[in-house]
Amino acid sequence: MSWLRQLFSRRRLYKDLSEEIHEHLEEKIEELVAGGMSRKDATAAARRAFGNVTLTEEDSRNVWRWPSVEELLADVRYGLRALRRNPLFTVVASLTIAIGIGANTAVFSVVNSVLLKPLNYPNAEQLVSLHQIAPGAPGLADFESGLHLSPSMYFTYAEHNRAFQSLGVWVTGTASVTGVAEPEQVRTVDVSDGVLQALDVPPAVGRWLSEADQVPRGPQRVMLSYGYWQRRFGGDRSIVGRNLTVDAQPREVVGVTHKGFRLVDTDFDVMVPVAFDRRNLILAGFGFEGVARMKPGFTIAEANADLTRMLSIWMDSWTNGPGTNPHFYETWKITPMIRPLKREVTGNVSDVLWVVMGTIGLVMLIACANVTNLLLARIEARQQELAVRAALGAGWVRMVRGLLLESMMLALMGGALGAAFAYAGVRLLLVIGPANLPRLSEISLDVRTLGFTVVLAVLSGLILGLIPALKYAGPLASLALRSGGRAASASRERYRARNILVVAQVAMALVLLVSAGLMIRTFRALRTVDPGFAAPQHLQVMRISIPDALVPEPERVLRIQNEIVEKLVATPGVQSAGLVSEMPMEGFDSDWDCIFAQDKTYPDNVMAPLYLYKHISPGFLQTAGTRLIVGREFTWNDVYGLRPLVMISENLARELWGTPAAAIGKQLREFPSMPWHQVIGVIQDVRERGVQEKAPEIVYWPPMMAYLFGRKTADTVRTVTFVIRSERAGTEGFLNEVRQAVWSVNSNLPLASVRTMEEVYDKSGARTSFTLVMLGIAGAMALVLGIIGIYGVISYTVSQRKREIGIRLALGAQGGDVLQMVLKQGAKMALVGVAIGIGAAFALTRLMTNLLFGVTAHDPVTFAAVAAVLIMVALLACYIPARRAMLVDPIVALRYE
Amino acid sequence: MKKTLQRDLFPGALEMMILRVLKRKPSHGYALVQHIKRTSDDLLQIEEGSLYPALQRLLKAELVKAEWGVSSTNRRVRTYRLTSAGAKHLEREVSSFERMLEGITRVLAPGES
Repeated sequence: MSWLRQLFSRRRLYKDLSEEIHEHLEEKIEELVAGGMSRKDATAAARRAFGNVTLTEEDSRNVWRWPSVEELLADVRYGLRALRRNPLFTVVASLTIAIGIGANTAVFSVVNSVLLKPLNYPNAEQLVSLHQIAPGAPGLADFESGLHLSPSMYFTYAEHNRAFQSLGVWVTGTASVTGVAEPEQVRTVDVSDGVLQALDVPPAVGRWLSEADQVPRGPQRVMLSYGYWQRRFGGDRSIVGRNLTVDAQPREVVGVTHKGFRLVDTDFDVMVPVAFDRRNLILAGFGFEGVARMKPGFTIAEANADLTRMLSIWMDSWTNGPGTNPHFYETWKITPMIRPLKREVTGNVSDVLWVVMGTIGLVMLIACANVTNLLLARIEARQQELAVRAALGAGWVRMVRGLLLESMMLALMGGALGAAFAYAGVRLLLVIGPANLPRLSEISLDVRTLGFTVVLAVLSGLILGLIPALKYAGPLASLALRSGGRAASASRERYRARNILVVAQVAMALVLLVSAGLMIRTFRALRTVDPGFAAPQHLQVMRISIPDALVPEPERVLRIQNEIVEKLVATPGVQSAGLVSEMPMEGFDSDWDCIFAQDKTYPDNVMAPLYLYKHISPGFLQTAGTRLIVGREFTWNDVYGLRPLVMISENLARELWGTPAAAIGKQLREFPSMPWHQVIGVIQDVRERGVQEKAPEIVYWPPMMAYLFGRKTADTVRTVTFVIRSERAGTEGFLNEVRQAVWSVNSNLPLASVRTMEEVYDKSGARTSFTLVMLGIAGAMALVLGIIGIYGVISYTVSQRKREIGIRLALGAQGGDVLQMVLKQGAKMALVGVAIGIGAAFALTRLMTNLLFGVTAHDPVTFAAVAAVLIMVALLACYIPARRAMLVDPIVALRYE
Repeated sequence: MKKTLQRDLFPGALEMMILRVLKRKPSHGYALVQHIKRTSDDLLQIEEGSLYPALQRLLKAELVKAEWGVSSTNRRVRTYRLTSAGAKHLEREVSSFERMLEGITRVLAPGES
């Protein structure tokens, strides 16, 4: 610790020393004076005998110093002074780095929070989603979510597994809450026993739902989400134990989830326990997501094997009813494909984020190349200074270190500034980022992100400094002194490093611009796809649910829905209105089931291909702008009369009967006990899950049917989306009138998910627009930096070659020749850069195949257009310095010398 | 021409002499240098200033300690005294120096040729 003490007591040590030396001299002088010398002579003699006082003090002080650190500090001071002397350079360079680092840090913080950090559950690596696929199930191949679990599967898995600590199933839904202020439709999750045990996080208030809450016909309970509790009850703890009316059923609140709790990737308001009644369960009913916690030491492969083993137990234990073969499902080839829960949560957003991270990284490299070029130019200007230092005995190691320190300081300044930019950048990202970005609330600048910033700054400092430092302060630096000054002409050697940097910049800019171009083409291709509805900005949609407890009679439900439609049509500015079980792209899971055609045969006669089905009211097609290809649509008389009629999508008609017209008059049904329904109309294909995905085959049933959901009595769909076509869609005044119209029919009905179809449509394309915006920003930055790079190098070359150009002009070269000469130099760099860039882009754009639509990763149009634009812009950047070269006055240029 | 005859001390020689003088009697810088000059009969040409870096090195190595005080001539002086580590160090240095000197002397001595 003595060195530490020394460090702090140094000031005192030095003071003692000076004083001591002063006293020494005084004593000597006094003695000499006493010996008869004059004071003046004595002083001189004393000093002569003593030697150089300053040097002595310096040497004595040096004893206490820490030479390497002190030297370093001196170099830092020297570097800072050099940076201060050239403020414009310093500001431009550090700002460039700051923007690069800021953008990278911002994107990294998102990547880190979304993809890298473990999920917010204890031992999250044990959590899995029970994903399974069924390649043998006809029609199911279209469903990216695979085959969900049925309740009977859940019981089998929960009771017979060896690989899991706990396991449960859940499903999202909506429900209306009444009795608290206005009726409100809330987002629900229905969870079975085992889900919360698997996730293993404590509640904020009260207790979790437990097995006792999940007994069929037992006490009715419910849990609130933290957000809903705050919003609706102001965080009042006494809510626990009170009753909440959910779908007209009073339920006791047992607890509140902790803040930020999501069920896998789902935000919800209330959590309702599901109580399956084992006695009524059949094999089918594949509607639930499964989540489980594996036992420690089990791998995913072992867990998959465990599920596979249990599938035959499942088929042995349950049935779909008399006369059916439970082992029929073997033909479906159900295959468990367990996924880590984290992958389930982050989903396909990882593609986007990595592509964005990569492009932003490229921008950083381009920025570094630019700053390196600036540094090279600056150091060239300082070559004399460096040469003189070398001549005076500065070691080249120390000079390289000095230059590296300078660039390091630039990079660290840039990094500090960049961290501030990143803070703003994250805010910006959250604004323009896809609203459905998973784990959005977890995004923050944490220690790891700041560590990333520091590493990035240090790395870029090294990259920036190394090239100029090695080039100019290396062992050959002494040559500069000899060749420096006026004799220096443009040797090829001198420009090589800078030319290479510019070529690299052009190449990287091309890669980014091609990626951005491909996204623009994707975006345009998506816009030209007919989604299956027209003018979405004038289409108002909203969900209304009429619970059993409120209106028990099915026909009464239909009457209310019909009345609402009529009231809506009567609202000023409304052209038409209708209802549908769910609109495309709304994100509500559509139902699907086996659909039999009368004139086809099916194995076993029980299982037919699975198709999506929906229910639509009269007037829906006209309102949504979905075209009727052939035939007619339902009338209210058809619906009230329970006539067995059905409509189908065009692709289904083609699949079953070849042409849409041939489908008219054919017969369909959903299950054997249902009467045949006659096809009366064929509807255009609808991009149900976003324009990027193929339109699925769809069966359209009427909203009330005699055999709905397998019940023998007539029933209706109680939760539907109302669709209103009006120029006034989306305006506040219009929404008020719509609310009044609905409540004039029944004041207990909450309106949920009130949006225009355009919002739904934009949200479904959010991933593409986000990628487009990010690549656009990166591409624009790359282009601007690339232009600055070319411009900088060319104008520097011109200024260095002024004398040569002057001689050329004096010897009779024309201005045009000079212009051409300079442009040629620029064009050469641009062409080489573009050529390399095309090669690199060819290899790299393949990585974004998943994000593209309607365009291949090697789209020649995009490649050619970007290359042409880049070359033109590069020539333009050369033109300004080239003109300056042309206008060089030979006399002035030569007189310079 | 006097310069050519003058010889630099070898590293550590000055420190060794300082320690030796201080062992005899604690003293301040001026007194030290005067004592060395006097006892060497001015054979050693020492720049008075060169004493101070040497003293700092000894201080840093904690072979001596320093204290401000007032001298007999009523002057403010910084008096150095040997520490026990300094005494040990001096002993080692002197013995190794003596061996070296003996070696040099033997080599330089007129040989029995």
